[in-house]
Amino acid sequence: MAKKNADRRYTKDHEWVELDGDIATVGITDHAQEQLGDVVHVELPDADRMVAANEACAVVESVKAASDVYAPLAGTVVEINETIVEDPAIVNSDAEGEGWFFKLELEDTESFEELMDEEAYEEYLETL
Amino acid sequence: MDAPLLTTPLDAWHRRLGARMVPFAGYAMPVRYDFAGVLADRCRSGVLAEHLHCREKAALFDVSHMGQAMLEGPGAAEALERLVPGDIMGLKPGRQRYTLLTNEAGGIIDDLMVANFGGDRLLLVVNASRKDIDFPHIQAGLPSGVTLTVLPDRALLALQGPAAASIVGSALPFMGVAETEVEGIGCFISRSGYTGEDGFEISFPAAHAEALADRLLAHAAVVPAGLGARDSLRLEAGLCLYGNDIDETTTPIEAGLTWVIGKRRKMSWDFPGGAIIRDQLDNGAPRLRVGIRPDTRTPARGGTEIVDAGIVTSGGFSPTLNAPIAMGYVRRALAEDGTVLTLMVRGKALPATVVPMPFVPHKYAR
Repeated sequence: MAKKNADRRYTKDHEWVELDGDIATVGITDHAQEQLGDVVHVELPDADRMVAANEACAVVESVKAASDVYAPLAGTVVEINETIVEDPAIVNSDAEGEGWFFKLELEDTESFEELMDEEAYEEYLETL
Repeated sequence: MDAPLLTTPLDAWHRRLGARMVPFAGYAMPVRYDFAGVLADRCRSGVLAEHLHCREKAALFDVSHMGQAMLEGPGAAEALERLVPGDIMGLKPGRQRYTLLTNEAGGIIDDLMVANFGGDRLLLVVNASRKDIDFPHIQAGLPSGVTLTVLPDRALLALQGPAAASIVGSALPFMGVAETEVEGIGCFISRSGYTGEDGFEISFPAAHAEALADRLLAHAAVVPAGLGARDSLRLEAGLCLYGNDIDETTTPIEAGLTWVIGKRRKMSWDFPGGAIIRDQLDNGAPRLRVGIRPDTRTPARGGTEIVDAGIVTSGGFSPTLNAPIAMGYVRRALAEDGTVLTLMVRGKALPATVVPMPFVPHKYAR
């Protein structure tokens, strides 16, 4: 299900962002879920919450620890993925597909282009 | 700078099996494995799967980082009793007991296993993080004729789970010990562990570490498991982790370990901190260790504040119960089962309830 393509951007905090119009879908990368291990709980932001870029707005709990998930870009939360709250294991099995976290209506879609593309993210992973 | 990590005799073995190694108590230890080949057929990878495999079949843990030492000579038991509240002189050959090294304030220097192998030989197994404190402490007070020999050249494996007994081929009772062969290798074994399951801890010469680990792993029921599963298993079993749930500032009474104090020792209270511990037993301790069930799905980790009550010392997710569980210290007045607590997690007040431990029933071979 991990569909990687030109519409995707990535952050150093290991989130992926897919843009459709001014709606950005956000999740954690396959690398992130792999590092976290078994995800047992997810906390998502309230719908309609306004978030700044790099603001912690969701939490993913693995068997080991709790980790923040950051808004990659400024915007308003318009939809959250209740499915991963019900079944957090989806974040492990399909992090970059069905395991998305939330959708943001972006304040500024141009800032999307400033995030890393797939190639840049993979280069970034090599440096870790 | 941190000193380079020590390794167990199974370091290369772990890495070959896909272990992710992490620092723990100064050692490089496996936290979990990425299973491949035949192991992948036996078990999905990940802490949850290793944990559940242990409860269903058997898991093999390398615990060679723990400190092993032989306390030997006429009067060995009497000498140890000067340092612990347990009845060691009453510990029969072939039996093992859980006990505590206490300090003058009634705090816990370490928790340890003491096994009587006969002939005035007591095998001690202490926490890795405490061996540099424990062994000199024990050594310091020994009478002539009693010697403490640290055994750094012995490996320690724990085979835990319902399939363990048929693999080890032993009919020992729970907390029984024997000098015997396992898979053709001479070992000190005890029927005990740190998971709440039936199982064995196996002490043997480090030179045979890979041979014995491989032979145990040749059984289809067995997969190796790391520190991640070990921690969630012991938490479900309500067992203390030294440094988290007990330390030099917690007493045996506060920790709910009153049962380690031997009947005879309660007549004389002649062990370090005896007067303080006796006072807490008679008049109540200011705080008590309790089991905690968060009412929501949010885990409360060690260090979480319990509002106006105390602090969580260990907490996480129970794979068996598919729910968060925790233990911690609360004021005595709030320690009754059913008491409603408030946990502060990331600035949010979350309801929780005091519950009895263990969270998952023990399955010891009684």
